[in-house]
Amino acid sequence: MKPNLIIGCGAIAQELVTIIKANGLQENLEVTALPAIWHNTPQKILPGLREKVTAAKASGKYQHIFIGYADCGTGGQLDRYIEDEGLQRIAGDHCYAFYAGQDRFAALFEEELGTFYLTDYLARHFERLIIQGYKLDTNPELLPMMFGHYTKLVYLAQVEDSELDRLARQAAEKLGGLSYERHLTGYGELGDFVREAAEASREL
Amino acid sequence: MSDEDEIILAELNDDELVQQMHDDLYEGLKEEVVEGVEILLDRGWTPYDVLTKALVAGMTIVGIDFRDGILYVPEVLMAANSMKAGMAVLKPLLAETGAPKVGSMVIGTVKGDIHDIGKNLVSMMMEGAGFEVYDIGINNPVENYLEALEEHKPEILGMSALLTTTMPYMKVVVDTLVEKGMRDDYIILVGGAPLNEEFAENVGADAYCRDAAVAVETAKEWVAKMHNRRASA
Ligand code: B12
Repeated sequence: MKPNLIIGCGAIAQELVTIIKANGLQENLEVTALPAIWHNTPQKILPGLREKVTAAKASGKYQHIFIGYADCGTGGQLDRYIEDEGLQRIAGDHCYAFYAGQDRFAALFEEELGTFYLTDYLARHFERLIIQGYKLDTNPELLPMMFGHYTKLVYLAQVEDSELDRLARQAAEKLGGLSYERHLTGYGELGDFVREAAEASREL
Repeated sequence: MSDEDEIILAELNDDELVQQMHDDLYEGLKEEVVEGVEILLDRGWTPYDVLTKALVAGMTIVGIDFRDGILYVPEVLMAANSMKAGMAVLKPLLAETGAPKVGSMVIGTVKGDIHDIGKNLVSMMMEGAGFEVYDIGINNPVENYLEALEEHKPEILGMSALLTTTMPYMKVVVDTLVEKGMRDDYIILVGGAPLNEEFAENVGADAYCRDAAVAVETAKEWVAKMHNRRASA
């Protein structure tokens, strides 16, 4: 039987693969990733995705295709596309919400608006994506313009990893001494999404 | 840059200097931009001409290259910082020399949202275009907008949102204005990367502006329309 395919954001690719392996779903489900850096330019997500979906369909190698993105700032365009194509995506607005769980994220957001969130991926690549990406290393005067309204950093941890905890704590420090909290979320709703995506081939 | 090829701003003619200031703004070279402003003023330029021809025109190039993906957020912030420094020199002079006042605007990011880079950029470019801007900051509940509208009596209300969860709040603000019978007293402009024209229409705004340059053009157009309407009423 043909496997299913998840075409998703590079920022969750490693997690997708880990979940697939941990559940022994390698036969059922493959993963293709798109550049995580499109987080910063969400207008690139849909065209990139469309190309991959078209190619995957044309290849005839897959039973079903799933979209490994949340809304991610596509302003409803992604939803319109996947509806037209009869596809499915991960529920919610962004990865922070589906890792934490929609309700838990909403509660965290409500509790302290000035919170910046990290995932394992962001904690691991914080230096490159945030510090260098926003030139905070060479131009520290930009820090207040970027993070002046933030008071807290919440690390939503997918796995227990003391090194990532250390990096996240350090990130809070580098963003101007934000208060730090770590919440172990596991893979949250991403786990359910992967299992559902794998199930879809068994039904046939 | 080595000492040898350092450009002495004061030795450039006006056109070259303005061109150089555009480059300096693009590179986010704050001191150089301020120096250029002072040189032009010394040469008898009006503060208004310095503002529009050197700063606003330069920042417009930055805006275009940001839209086209050539520049990213930090470069825009550095350019904005430089422009702001130049404007700080000009502001008191502009007030004295009576630069043309086009209109006024209250602008703020909606409740639940603390993204403000785009809003700040719009504020700055609107000011550069001769608007009086009252920036009420981030995370604004409808009460803040009402209060600011009451206090400043602007022609324009601007709202910014970058999150899917906060965009709908714009409708809360517009609906409240409708309820209070105040909706038609204001031109309502909305912006933020995930918005679009259709969304603006749905929340009952007058226009969606995809960037600061469009915001300025749209604002001018609508204010002119409003004044014509009032003149003929
Ligand atoms: C820079 C940025 C940040 C900065 C914000 C710094 C600051 N001081 O504002 C930082 C890194 C701090 C940040 C934080 C977060 N962000 Co953010 N962020 C962005 C990013 C990459 C760019 C936004 C930006 O500033 N652009 C530059 C300016 C110049 O452009 P602009 O805002 O679009 O504004 C222009 C126009 O839209 C228009 N305009 C804007 N406002 C107005 C108003 C009026 C009246 C008018 C006329 C015009 C107008 O003119 C402006 C000038 O040209 C966007 C992605 C994107 N491209 O949209 C994500 C994005 C908005 N962020 C997102 C998220 C999820 C977050 C976080 C939750 C992430 C986290 N790790 O915690 C937090 C928010 C936490 C919180 N408590 O709210 C998501 C939202 C997803 C969604 N579905 O809602 C996005 C879409 C990224 C993504 N692809 O997922 N973010």
